[in-house]
Amino acid sequence: KRVRDTRTKLAPAYHLILEGILILWIIRLLFSKTYKLQERSDLTLKEKEELIEEWQPEPLVPPVPKDHPALNYNIVSGPPTHIITVNGKECINFASFNFLGLLNNEKVKSAAQASLKKYGVGTCGPRGFYGTFDVHLELEERLAKFMRTEEAIIYSYGFATIASAIPAYSKRGDIVFVDEAACFAIQKGLQASRSNIKLFKHNDMADLERLLKEQETEDQKNPRKARVTRRFIVVEGLYMNTGDICPLPELIKLKYKYKVRIFLEESLSFGVLGEHGRGITEHFGINIDDIDLISANMENSLASIGGFCCGRSFIIDHQRLSGQGYCFSASLPPLLAAAAIEALNIMEDSPDIFQTLRAKCERIHKALQGISGLKVVGESFSPALHLQLEESCGSRENDVKLLKRVVDYCMNSGIALTQARYLEKEEKCLPPPSIRVVITVEQTEQELDKAASLLKEAAQSVLN
Amino acid sequence: MTDLKYRLAPASEMSRYCFPNNAVSGDASRCVCLIDSSTVEEINHIVHNGGLYKRPFNEAFEETPMLVAVLTYVGYGVLTLFGYLRDFMRQWKIEKCQNATEREEQKDFVPLYQDFENFYNRNLYMRIRDSWNRPICSVPGAKVDMMERVSHDYNWTFTYTGRVIKDIINMGSYNYLGFAQKTGACQEAAAKVLSQYGAGVCSTRQEMGNLDKHEELEKLVARFLGVESAMAYGMGFATNSMNIPALVGKGCLILSDELNHASLVLGARLSGATIRIFKHNNMQSLEKLLKDAIVHGQPRTRRPWKKILILVEGIYSMEGSIVRLPEVIALKKKYKSYLYLDEAHSIGALGPSGRGVVEYFGLNPEDVDVMMGTFTKSFGAAGGYIGGKKELIDYLRTYSHSAAYATSMSPPVVEQIITSVKCIMGEDGTNIGRARVQQLAENTRYFRRRLKEMGFIIYGNEDSPVVPLMLYMPAKIGAFGREMLKRNIGVVVVGFPATPIIESRARFCLSAAHTKEMLDTAHERTWKSWNRYSLHPK
Repeated sequence: KRVRDTRTKLAPAYHLILEGILILWIIRLLFSKTYKLQERSDLTLKEKEELIEEWQPEPLVPPVPKDHPALNYNIVSGPPTHIITVNGKECINFASFNFLGLLNNEKVKSAAQASLKKYGVGTCGPRGFYGTFDVHLELEERLAKFMRTEEAIIYSYGFATIASAIPAYSKRGDIVFVDEAACFAIQKGLQASRSNIKLFKHNDMADLERLLKEQETEDQKNPRKARVTRRFIVVEGLYMNTGDICPLPELIKLKYKYKVRIFLEESLSFGVLGEHGRGITEHFGINIDDIDLISANMENSLASIGGFCCGRSFIIDHQRLSGQGYCFSASLPPLLAAAAIEALNIMEDSPDIFQTLRAKCERIHKALQGISGLKVVGESFSPALHLQLEESCGSRENDVKLLKRVVDYCMNSGIALTQARYLEKEEKCLPPPSIRVVITVEQTEQELDKAASLLKEAAQSVLN
Repeated sequence: MTDLKYRLAPASEMSRYCFPNNAVSGDASRCVCLIDSSTVEEINHIVHNGGLYKRPFNEAFEETPMLVAVLTYVGYGVLTLFGYLRDFMRQWKIEKCQNATEREEQKDFVPLYQDFENFYNRNLYMRIRDSWNRPICSVPGAKVDMMERVSHDYNWTFTYTGRVIKDIINMGSYNYLGFAQKTGACQEAAAKVLSQYGAGVCSTRQEMGNLDKHEELEKLVARFLGVESAMAYGMGFATNSMNIPALVGKGCLILSDELNHASLVLGARLSGATIRIFKHNNMQSLEKLLKDAIVHGQPRTRRPWKKILILVEGIYSMEGSIVRLPEVIALKKKYKSYLYLDEAHSIGALGPSGRGVVEYFGLNPEDVDVMMGTFTKSFGAAGGYIGGKKELIDYLRTYSHSAAYATSMSPPVVEQIITSVKCIMGEDGTNIGRARVQQLAENTRYFRRRLKEMGFIIYGNEDSPVVPLMLYMPAKIGAFGREMLKRNIGVVVVGFPATPIIESRARFCLSAAHTKEMLDTAHERTWKSWNRYSLHPK
């Protein structure tokens, strides 16, 4: 038998040469130094020290010019009630959001005093760790009952309410349609949520529908992703920046047509709109369960501190573990919660104050028409109006200075007003400079007329 | 006393386990390092930066014993399996589903919550939910009254029996100096201001909400801290989340400690700056990040960073550790960065006169660029403050989100802070403030020493009034909390996700209002509660 197969031939020459080259290459690689994959220019220690020596950071904060309008605060001596002492001068208050006049109410104060005697001032802990008091539970129950929802949750800071509520539900990858004129707290909540934000023109339902339709066509391209992307619309009941209301019935129609949830921010409309002060849902006669979440702060009509969210338990209960401002912050001081409960009692006992407030708003809205140089921005029944310049002088800085002169004229004659303050670089859609006019139930008709005529005078003397 | 083995720790672990003793002389300090249990040996070696400390810095974080770690994972595994089983039974309607559900009209909307997100909530948290959100109905002082609540459906709903459990020793509230009182000078002053000013303010600081009370408070706080100027805000959480974005922005770098509070993390995220995390209280890690940042600049473009801000806390409330402030300040000066110190838990609680961690280490308050703190813990009120140079505070008055958009602080709360700060400083003519600060320090040392002698694993610094007692196993979280409540002591128990998954703990918060008898009672009952569920005492 043949041991060796004679059919085996020697491999062709090129094959041997190739293999030889490969072996030589492997030997070379084995003995060469390893190199790092990332191209880190190896600086010597001396070079690093020089770089550290040379680097100069910017100053922690840039200097602020002494005459910056937001730097010099008005100093209010004493309580900021109907008659207010600003910078030493006694004036009638047209600048504090004390719509129902409850800041100075004796019943509210005595309820807060009783709570102070029982609990002291602070709660010394967040809600999860011995910071839940019976007053908090009572306030949540009362608010839920008043708004006719299943559950309510309270926060210790008005700004933090909507800013914590939005990121609890809307996460990265979700879509939020928000009105351009949304307030800063909503903008911060949206920023914290890392969702896709789509702005629609203020109160423009056609623009919103266009955006929703665009999203629908996007969804059809990728149905699997669309099935897990949550969508929300965030609107305010009564807009802080423009003084008008959102068209809620149309929004509800769009909600069911395009399957988006609605979050409603009612800080200005709670305790103002509606027959019993329940807000814009009562104003339009809409079933409250159609709104997924209502958020409001207690710092306007209720004249306390803090905020609340109300809605169905399915939605609200989630915030007890996911609302950052709820879980990681101390709870509301009991005296402020007791003040809010008493204010709520007063709101329930005397529902005619809402009609009175609206009548006063209508009166001054009419009286302020026709001022040369200033235009009134806001609904006739809105208690927080803006007065903007009819024609801008060219730059925002000059507009602000001009409006300041109008405000100073009024302050010197006994009407306390303020300009609406914004952080100019941080706002997404900066509103034009304006004077804020706030109407409360405590203002008499003479005072309203006086304010209107004084503003006319001021506009005449400053703007012409 | 637990047997501890000492060996030469590798350099990377030194700052986690070292005790620089007697560092006044400078270089060579005796460093004793705890690693695991058996025999005792002491080793001399040089401690890096030991010379910066004017007092002993004793911190311990004993490593989890191997058996305990394994058993804890097994425990979580069992719970997870049961969780899947229960979800399966609920889905197939074998078990009643107690969750609130979506409206019928909205059933075809995209689901609001992902099922898996809530797995932990439904199956683990719900079992021991009664350990949290316990409602109280008296002042949160050294002893507190709690409303009794029972659940007939395994914690899905609670009903209040109407009975009040009286005089529970309160070791859960942050009442370090005992200012949570319903009688006394603070309460009377607050009552007077309440009747004069009312409860609310209804306007922002920049508009019509700046009261004379606020100005008074800010001047007082600046004097208390030893800084040029200060500004106060209505919420401690919001102080961080609304002011960090005003200080730094895109193109800046934030170096944040691993275990920073949620408010610092949120503030850093909202600012838009680049965030890099360094290991907890680890100065080598921080120095490496600083060096790399300055040498290499911004990622990709290599432009130099505009500024670097280091975020640290005075006392970390979950660990009980104190920041290594002398070393942080030395690093900050060397690398020209800025320091933001959050003294939420340490103001009032540390330092011979209660002025916080800066005084505790004997340092100059001007070295800290931004001194932030809260009024909730040691002052018995609510709110936060930022102190620093006048340019900084003027800038914040103009550009802080809180000054422009958020309602200012309530006047009675402001008065409570003013009175309590004056008391701590001794300006009210009494010695109460000083006595309380000393009492807290004594209580802290006594309590920690006794618990360690009993053999419990206690984390954190010897001087921190926050005392975490390690439980590890998930079942013990609920059991320990309930046993302590049965014995009339209220403690806080924390598990995942506030702590790493195997390091669940119970936390005791000491107060100057606790007497020695209360602490002894607490020790005894802690021992009994622990023994109820342990196979052998540690």
